[in-house]
Amino acid sequence: MNVLVTGASSMIGQHLVARLVVRGDVVTTLQRNAVDQPGQSVTQVLGSITDRAAVERACAGQDAVVHLAAKVGVTGTWGEYQQINVDGTALLIELALTAGVSAFVHVSSPAVAHAGAALVGAAAEPADPSATRGHYATSKAMAELLALDATSEAMPIVAIRPHLVWGPGDTQLVGRIVDKARQGRLALVGSGAALIDTTFVDNAADALVAGVDRAHELGGQALVVSNGEPRTVHEVVARIVAAAGIEWSPRHVPAQVAKRGGSVAEQIWHRTGRTDDPPMTSFLAEQLSTAHWFDQRSTRAALQWQPSITLDEGFARLAAWFAGGTSR
Amino acid sequence: MVTGSLAAPASTPPGGLAGLERAWSRLVRVPRTDGVGRTWHILDNQIEGARLTVLCVHGNPSWSYLFRNLVRQAPDGVRVIAVDQLEMGFSERSGGVRRLATRVDDLCELTEELGLDGPIVTVAHDWGGPISLGWAQRHLDQLSGVVLMNTAVHQPEGSPAPSLIRLTRSRPMLQNVTVRTTSFIKGALAMSRPRPSAEVQSGFLAPYLTADRRHAIAEFVADIPLDPEHPSANALDRIAADLDLLQDVPTLLLWGSKDKVFSDLYLHDLGHRLPHANVHRYPKAGHFVSEDVDAVGAIIDWLGILNDQAAVRAVGDDHPSTLLNMHGELGDKLAIAELMGAAESIPFSQFAGLVEATAAGLAGVGVLPGDRVALMVPPGVDLAVSLYACWRAGAVIVLIDSGLGPTGMSAAIKAADPAYLVGIPKALAAAKAMRWPGCRISTSPLAAPQRRALRVIADLASLRAAPGVLADPPQSTDLAAVVFTSGSTGPSKGVVYRHGQIEAQRDALVELYGITTDDRLVAAFAPFALFGPAMGLSSVVPNMNVAAPGSLTAVALGDAVVVADATMVFASPAAWANVVRTADDLTDAHRAAFGGVRIVLSAGAPVRPALLRAAANLFPKATAHTPYGMTECLPVASIGLTEIEAATGGDGVCVGQPLANVDVQIRRLDALGHAAGELTSEPGVLGEVVVRAAHARTGYDRLWHTEFVASQPSGSHSTGDVGHLDELGRLWIGGRLSDVISSIDGPVAPVRLEQAIESIEGVALAAVVGVGPAGIQQFVAVIEPIEPPRNPRLAGLDAIDAIRQVGSDIVAVFEVPRLPVDRRHNSKIDRTRVAAWASRTLAGGRLRKL
Repeated sequence: MNVLVTGASSMIGQHLVARLVVRGDVVTTLQRNAVDQPGQSVTQVLGSITDRAAVERACAGQDAVVHLAAKVGVTGTWGEYQQINVDGTALLIELALTAGVSAFVHVSSPAVAHAGAALVGAAAEPADPSATRGHYATSKAMAELLALDATSEAMPIVAIRPHLVWGPGDTQLVGRIVDKARQGRLALVGSGAALIDTTFVDNAADALVAGVDRAHELGGQALVVSNGEPRTVHEVVARIVAAAGIEWSPRHVPAQVAKRGGSVAEQIWHRTGRTDDPPMTSFLAEQLSTAHWFDQRSTRAALQWQPSITLDEGFARLAAWFAGGTSR
Repeated sequence: MVTGSLAAPASTPPGGLAGLERAWSRLVRVPRTDGVGRTWHILDNQIEGARLTVLCVHGNPSWSYLFRNLVRQAPDGVRVIAVDQLEMGFSERSGGVRRLATRVDDLCELTEELGLDGPIVTVAHDWGGPISLGWAQRHLDQLSGVVLMNTAVHQPEGSPAPSLIRLTRSRPMLQNVTVRTTSFIKGALAMSRPRPSAEVQSGFLAPYLTADRRHAIAEFVADIPLDPEHPSANALDRIAADLDLLQDVPTLLLWGSKDKVFSDLYLHDLGHRLPHANVHRYPKAGHFVSEDVDAVGAIIDWLGILNDQAAVRAVGDDHPSTLLNMHGELGDKLAIAELMGAAESIPFSQFAGLVEATAAGLAGVGVLPGDRVALMVPPGVDLAVSLYACWRAGAVIVLIDSGLGPTGMSAAIKAADPAYLVGIPKALAAAKAMRWPGCRISTSPLAAPQRRALRVIADLASLRAAPGVLADPPQSTDLAAVVFTSGSTGPSKGVVYRHGQIEAQRDALVELYGITTDDRLVAAFAPFALFGPAMGLSSVVPNMNVAAPGSLTAVALGDAVVVADATMVFASPAAWANVVRTADDLTDAHRAAFGGVRIVLSAGAPVRPALLRAAANLFPKATAHTPYGMTECLPVASIGLTEIEAATGGDGVCVGQPLANVDVQIRRLDALGHAAGELTSEPGVLGEVVVRAAHARTGYDRLWHTEFVASQPSGSHSTGDVGHLDELGRLWIGGRLSDVISSIDGPVAPVRLEQAIESIEGVALAAVVGVGPAGIQQFVAVIEPIEPPRNPRLAGLDAIDAIRQVGSDIVAVFEVPRLPVDRRHNSKIDRTRVAAWASRTLAGGRLRKL
């Protein structure tokens, strides 16, 4: 099968490409900068998801598309988010359909459906741009709605929402926590008792592969993917820090203080035009102080997929990676 | 009679009223009424060829909307008709005044017009009650049942309602409150608990939006007869008197006790007039009882057994109660002694006489067979004498566990509504302060001022001096007791026993532990102290605060064993724990007396094997046992210490073999952990424990629906415990049904995991609870470490790893200073509370105190 992966330079993108190649798929990637992928026969199309010609070139001859490319984070204007996440998705769907693609996996986020309230064993509610917080979530919600709306017999589209993906080499969750712990500045937002789902990267990649294979049955559906092993924020952070071999005893920042601090940081970043992510955002503060765990029964039944790496195994691999071992 | 300006034709309700279907609405013209014909609006599910018709009559201010849920949930083949009375709801406004007698005529004319000729059950609320009863009394041939909710046929003495009604009725109050504004309807609805939703309130108001449509609300209030001269007084008195006609008609009384107008006084008044009625009193519901609680569910279940009403539950053969065999033949043998305060003791030779004299005294002050007498007396001589005297006088004793605390005791005694209260002075003071019902009798003589202040009519000594005439002793089928015990969760229910059931309980204990009249008992666990006299067994109550079993010291127990020369010692786990803790204080005399004890028993709450072992070790020749059971059926099973220690492999705690005459079955759980499946005795099936025994309860007092639900199949008792049987036929208990964790792999009982966690070093006590939606609940462990933290906290990684060794699915672990346990036994963990706390915290809440 010929498979196009957009945004393949991300951690999950690299895992996904490796899996597809190993099982014999012919993989094309679309991303802005070339990625060094030794030993893998992958065709790299360089260009933006908003570049019609590049997207057209990338879609040519493909059977399936996994759409990972997105603008993430909290910095930047709404226009940038809309252009990349909303318009880019619309363009890709249009050209994939023209090119005769027969399965489309749109990678989304649980943030498209929820803001604020604790999610306790939640189902995958429909995306709702008006209920989201921040440009990223709003634009992803709009993108998911238009993607699922465009599903058809010819090209079924399924949205998969992996929740908090982490693993060796992760710069988002693991990287930030470890950096702060090394600087002695790591504190938990609130009590740290909020129960959250996370997804080990290998499991997320497996779920996307399952999405490619089952798209014909799942057109129009949105599925949240996680390890299905909720843990307290405190435990997740403590295990990551322990895997990095750092001594740490928990400090706590009251949740309200963290949210306010996050808002202030966002405004400073916005006004000064910084493009790196601030240390705390109000969205992150909320994510780290309210429960986010999901009912995985329908996801597992729909994808006929189970996480193959438990959290314990994942943390062991993370520790081995930090120790300079070979495991990714 | 017709005043044109207020007249208006009938109409159907507007669409969109919450819970109402337009298809149910009909307009029915009755040509006879008022000689000119009137049109009714009724709800009617219009079932063809119905096997039963339910005729629903609302009160004031209300309309057929009140019965929308009954129409919706009507059982197959049951036609439900709910009328809007004329001048009310969406029925015709004639502009005239309709009094009670007219309204009864109206209803009779309507049902005639409808051609209802099959069996009919009436359902009525508020002032719809007398109207429905008036109709019922004229249709006895087709009347199959009567359901009444918060209504009246008479103003009982002491009710504040007449003054409320008078106040409302005083002009211009009446016009202002009822007609010019919607305050009367809104005020009535505001008494609902919880307050109905805005949509439902709009539904109730819908026919009464303008003043001209509310005219009849005022007329209705004005038609309540408060004095004999009132135009409707005769009609109401006639209906009340003719209740005699309904003595064979199945009757259900459903009552919201928080009703400001139709209070419990009205329930008790109706209860006396319809003594055969099934009663369910909802202590937290208000006037609109069917809005506040699932009264509709109760009605539907009750309709389901209408045809079985005649079949009286088998209560064994009818014979004079053998509980009153006072074993006078035992002569000088000690009957009962107490070592509290001025230690008292009575031999069997005197006990029977004391009981007889006290019973005659009770009859002398007016206690009649069947009257309820609350006993608020600690275990000891006075309690034993009062209790057996009440039984001898044919009274039904009401026992309320002081472990319930003042609020719980108050709720219990108001539910039981005893006619008399026998108490120690402290209890009588509480009775006065909290306005408990019942004429007060003191255990000890009081000085005149105190007697007057507490309104005490007699004391035990003065009773004996003024004997009345005793009726024959009660029969085994007569009611004997209503017992309220402190559960670990929820309000206490009054468990009702007949003499025959208590006889069977006595016999079961005698057989189980081989008790003979040669035995001598030290009873530190109250319930067993009561059986001594009926078993011909000496009973000694040690010096302890019975409300706090943990107050029993080894020395106090030792003294009692010496006095009794005891062969048996019964205590609760909390008492045993303190005895073991203070065992170093025992003297050689105590230890020598302990050598004569043959049976040591722990009862009242689950006991840890290590504690039972430590207790048993104090008694060199004794075997230790612990019975399993509950207030509703005790004992169900029993197990010896050595068997407990040898039992492995089950899910939870092994409580031993069920008694020979106790049938134990398991009701299978569904995937979500509800006990919804069939009964089985197959080993290894986890489910709710359902028992059947001659010594099980009769029912629950004034909780007909609770009793019905807990007695399926008929005559059994659903215990609310979960467990399973093993290959040897032994029963294992895994926790409470409400504590079952509904995990993705199916329902899981908490006790096995808790025991595994408690076996980890450093853990004193553990609770395992579920958080999240049923079907995907996650396991959470909340532990009380041996060295507890000052505040609740999340466990560190090492502690989590140790706990996941025994329970890999546990997602989070908390360490807390103290787990909440029941106040009486100090051992039953309130997992409902732990689960709520864990849910809040894990949702991202702060780590507050548990």
